[in-house]
Amino acid sequence: MRNPLSIIRRRWSDSDDVRTDGGTAAERTPFLQRESVRSAPFWLPPFLLVALFVYGAILWNIVLSLTDFTGLGEPDYTNLDFENYVVAFTGGTPSWSDLSVEPIWNSLGNTVALMVGFTVFCLVLGLLLAILVDQEIRFENTFRTVYLLPMSLSFVVTAKFWLYMYNVETGLVNIVITSLGFGPVEIVQNPDLKLAAVAFALVWQFSGYAMIVYLAGLRAIPTSHFEAARVDGASTYRLYRRVVLPQLRTATVSALVVLTVFALKAFDFLFSMYSGYQPGPSADILATRMVREAYANSNWAYGSAIAVVLFVMALFIVAPYIYSQYRRGAL
Amino acid sequence: MSQQVATEGTTDETDRETGLLGGYGLRRVVLYAILLAMGVFYLVPIETGVMTAFTDPASYTGRAPFLPPLEPLVANSGEFSIQPWQNAVSGLSQGLLNSMILVIPATVLSGLLGSMAAYGLTNVHWRGQLAIYMLFVAGIFIPYQAVLVPLTQFWYNVVPLRTMFEPVGMALPIIEPYHWKLVALIVTHVAYGLPICTLLFRAHYKKLSDEMLEAARLDGASVTRIYRRIVLPLSIPMFAVVFIYQFTQIWNDLLFALTIVQFGDAAVVTQELVGIGVSQSGTNFPLRMAAALVAALPTLVVYVFFGDKFARGVAA
Repeated sequence: MRNPLSIIRRRWSDSDDVRTDGGTAAERTPFLQRESVRSAPFWLPPFLLVALFVYGAILWNIVLSLTDFTGLGEPDYTNLDFENYVVAFTGGTPSWSDLSVEPIWNSLGNTVALMVGFTVFCLVLGLLLAILVDQEIRFENTFRTVYLLPMSLSFVVTAKFWLYMYNVETGLVNIVITSLGFGPVEIVQNPDLKLAAVAFALVWQFSGYAMIVYLAGLRAIPTSHFEAARVDGASTYRLYRRVVLPQLRTATVSALVVLTVFALKAFDFLFSMYSGYQPGPSADILATRMVREAYANSNWAYGSAIAVVLFVMALFIVAPYIYSQYRRGAL
Repeated sequence: MSQQVATEGTTDETDRETGLLGGYGLRRVVLYAILLAMGVFYLVPIETGVMTAFTDPASYTGRAPFLPPLEPLVANSGEFSIQPWQNAVSGLSQGLLNSMILVIPATVLSGLLGSMAAYGLTNVHWRGQLAIYMLFVAGIFIPYQAVLVPLTQFWYNVVPLRTMFEPVGMALPIIEPYHWKLVALIVTHVAYGLPICTLLFRAHYKKLSDEMLEAARLDGASVTRIYRRIVLPLSIPMFAVVFIYQFTQIWNDLLFALTIVQFGDAAVVTQELVGIGVSQSGTNFPLRMAAALVAALPTLVVYVFFGDKFARGVAA
């Protein structure tokens, strides 16, 4: 196995060798004339902003999660411990509260269920749409525009639309169900259905995105591959199964990562659908739980700890992706 | 409208192809039927919203939600009314104004800073720039929950814009005390929008010809001059993509507004939309639908006119 550090080192020196004029190494030029310093007015202010707001805030959040910060006032950084994480995973009564606190297993399970269900259905639907749109159809642009339209809307707006669609008395979904003979069904407040209903609405909103990504992937496959398969007498099914799908791996991975992150962010949708911090236990995800603990219950430190769990989940998905992008030289 | 056009296309296509190849025509018909059905799937929640928003709130129950309200002419179709729209606009007016105050500077600033960062990290070559750039990229994917509590602490306790704003507010009569919250929100959106803006610009700047920039440098042009005279004019198409993307993102956001503005005069349109149409007397769906459409209108207009650029932004 190649040592990743040596790869990084070689990449950097490569770019220096190829690009620095006259082959002067950066170290030998006076400080103020170095390219990194001369370009600093451009990259440094944005970098400081990102460093402070993204990385500074994440570190601060980790520290806050070790405190007992609740209610009004300012956090006390003298007594740092992992109590909030113990409470998050095992429940019980923490030292900063008189009441026992629910562990996060329920919202963690809902988060994973929503993430997996939403992402898989989005990818499948997006792939099917991309294949259909790729059949040299007419008005391709119109179809693409319509399919992607929901993505330009806010979570808050789409939640209102689906709240109406699902409504037990007047919603279109229930009118269709009733006309099929299954009677009106309470969906939005139904513990058995609400998470699936949320996932379905999110698939509606974001499957167009998966389609766009897959379409770009399909268009990148050389025509000769299709022709070769045709000459060999492969059926359409075999053509897609054996030739096309394997070449869509990169598209699948990048769509997967982005959609998973969208699912982690579904807070806005749930907040709008349930008009507040209480989506109820069967639709509660980590994102809603975190904001509710911090901003509705003022359990700031506990909210921070839940946020760290959410952040670690995102890290497990995103870090390998960024690393693989880097290895491919796509950054 | 687009559906009608597409239907005409279907008949055209099949007429031509049936002559050539027997079974092929049927396949095309099925293909277009599926494509149209999917189009209906994506449009119908919005369409029922539009139809219901034009219905008198007293008469919207019991009607088919996807049909236009034509009560005197068609029984049980609901009575036509623009009252939901009037109520929606008056209910959301403060939020619409605040969102505008927020979205314009935040979009322009994040685009401009993103372009500058991408230039300094792409077209000027130095050791270590890839590491810095990777930190930008990682910032795209973080769940914002992981920074919320520090953000609230920062804007309420560490950088008290409120007290800094008081003397300015007295000097300029247009500035209201609550505007400090919008300034905080602008800075926040710029900071968290920067990673994606930088990524979009870098993809564009990698394609700029190195020889051209090298030639300018050999002629003695400074880093700043190359940016102003060559790179900036060449990035105008990318600015369109980035501005559209950022405009949509910032206009649509709820989470940052909820945690930084919290409540009061500075509430943005998404915050006001959450609570509208909910009252003791039950849910007023015509008002809710009208409000959702009013809140969505700016992004819908941008999407209808610049849909291709939006697609380029999200696909990157």
